[in-house]
Amino acid sequence: MPPILRVENVAKSFGGVQALRKVSLQLMPNEILGLIGPNGAGKTTFFNTVCGVFRPDEGRVFLEERDVTGWPAHRIARMGIGRTFQIVKPFRNISLERNVLVALGHDRISGWRPSMLGTGLKAHRDEVRRLLRLVGLEEFIDQTPTTLPLGHQKRMEISRALALRPKVLMLDEPFAGLSEEDIVPLAGVIKNLQREGLSILLIEHNIPHVMELCSRLAVLNFGENLCDGPPEIIRRDPRVITAYLGS
Amino acid sequence: MGLGYLTTIGTLVCIYAILAISLNIISGYAGQASLGHAAFFGIGAYASALLTLKLGIGFWVAAPLAMMAAGAIGAVVGVISLRIKGDFLAVTTIGINFVIVTVFEYSDFFGGAYGIMGIQYPTLFGVKISKGYYLLMCLGFVGLCALFSLLVSKSWLGLALEAIRENEAAAEASGINCAKFKIIAFAFGCAWAGLAGVLFAHFMRFITPNDFAFPISITIVAMMVVGGIGTLRGPILGALLMAALPELLRPLANYRLLFYGGLIVLMTRFQPQGLFGDKAFILRMLLGRGPRSMRHSGD
Repeated sequence: MPPILRVENVAKSFGGVQALRKVSLQLMPNEILGLIGPNGAGKTTFFNTVCGVFRPDEGRVFLEERDVTGWPAHRIARMGIGRTFQIVKPFRNISLERNVLVALGHDRISGWRPSMLGTGLKAHRDEVRRLLRLVGLEEFIDQTPTTLPLGHQKRMEISRALALRPKVLMLDEPFAGLSEEDIVPLAGVIKNLQREGLSILLIEHNIPHVMELCSRLAVLNFGENLCDGPPEIIRRDPRVITAYLGS
Repeated sequence: MGLGYLTTIGTLVCIYAILAISLNIISGYAGQASLGHAAFFGIGAYASALLTLKLGIGFWVAAPLAMMAAGAIGAVVGVISLRIKGDFLAVTTIGINFVIVTVFEYSDFFGGAYGIMGIQYPTLFGVKISKGYYLLMCLGFVGLCALFSLLVSKSWLGLALEAIRENEAAAEASGINCAKFKIIAFAFGCAWAGLAGVLFAHFMRFITPNDFAFPISITIVAMMVVGGIGTLRGPILGALLMAALPELLRPLANYRLLFYGGLIVLMTRFQPQGLFGDKAFILRMLLGRGPRSMRHSGD
């Protein structure tokens, strides 16, 4: 089975800082792949490069074997890569409904003529409800993100990313800043999405949950691939222990 | 206070209302700083004046052409906005205002510092429109502009602009082409400012570069901010309040800019939603919900 997302030898530097050095990675269909590594390893830069926020200096990115290298972020999103952010980026002053609707209507918004028409906004309310229900936020549909706690905002971001009907979901530290009682249901949501057939790439520092959720882990260190494999192998890899996990 | 005087004030209020609504599309809906809106007001006015005087084109043909000219130059500013944001964009738009006014002032083609005189009142089916009907026509254009603004806010386009205003990175990640929609917002907003310029030129019948200078841009911003940025009623009521009040309180005329500047500072500090914006204190008072309930609801 070919990988759904294939990244080959991607390099990215900012001035004199080489953030990524020929990083390669493959995400298989219906897989949760964990991307781990110490702070500054280049994980978020890798995310941003795959999602089109940064254009790679070298290397290629393929989504379902289609070369999407250097495409702008909105085009990659429309192609089927949904993402969340390490520091949440909700549309703060509009309702959760409209937050999700933005992504849900991206194909309508992209056209010139349809984008001027108001019709259809309300017709999507059921779908928005369904997407918010998936992450347990249906009851907050009319509230703005500013009135919700961080955990809910992170779930809203997942719901918004799902509205793109993505083939790949990229989650950047979804558990960061959350209490254990918020993490457990969120981990359940992520697992359910995988069961429904989604391929997920996950950056996370919460190792116990990463080990439990992911079928495979890839480790980055100083902008380079350190190793990848099943969690139980990675956990015992001396290079990973030295660079990241510790004894 | 004669009827003619009130008609003049009413017409100017309408023109300012169109300016404030149009700026609201750029700054209120799309969240792009623009402190040089008077430049597009001027482009519309000069374009219409020159088209009617030098080419002999009628008002009803010149008006849409002038709108297009202002919209096209606005789209160029939209392209500029792709590379700069926030304060830098604000300063750049101020610069554009100065550049446009300087071009009007130092070019003989635009009449130089003396401006353009003898602009004709529009005619309809060969009959010159009277002042009273001109006011009604301006009211009609305010209605059209407001309807356009309302349609934008209720459409997918409006949703995209909201998303860009709230967070560009998240908007891009949601599939929104921010560049395209910023350019659209500037083009639409500036085109309507151009129409306001057309109405101004043919009403005053004499325009000079100073009519479109930076203080006018600040006045338009003040109307939008005081009324309630991001809403439709806010800019209209802001224009009504701020264009009519100084006229009615003539002794304050010399302190108008001081008054506007002070008002912007006070509003930004104490009532950023504006007097008539969503969740605004005054609006809540008018609707019978006082400050107590505001605090209770966490606003």
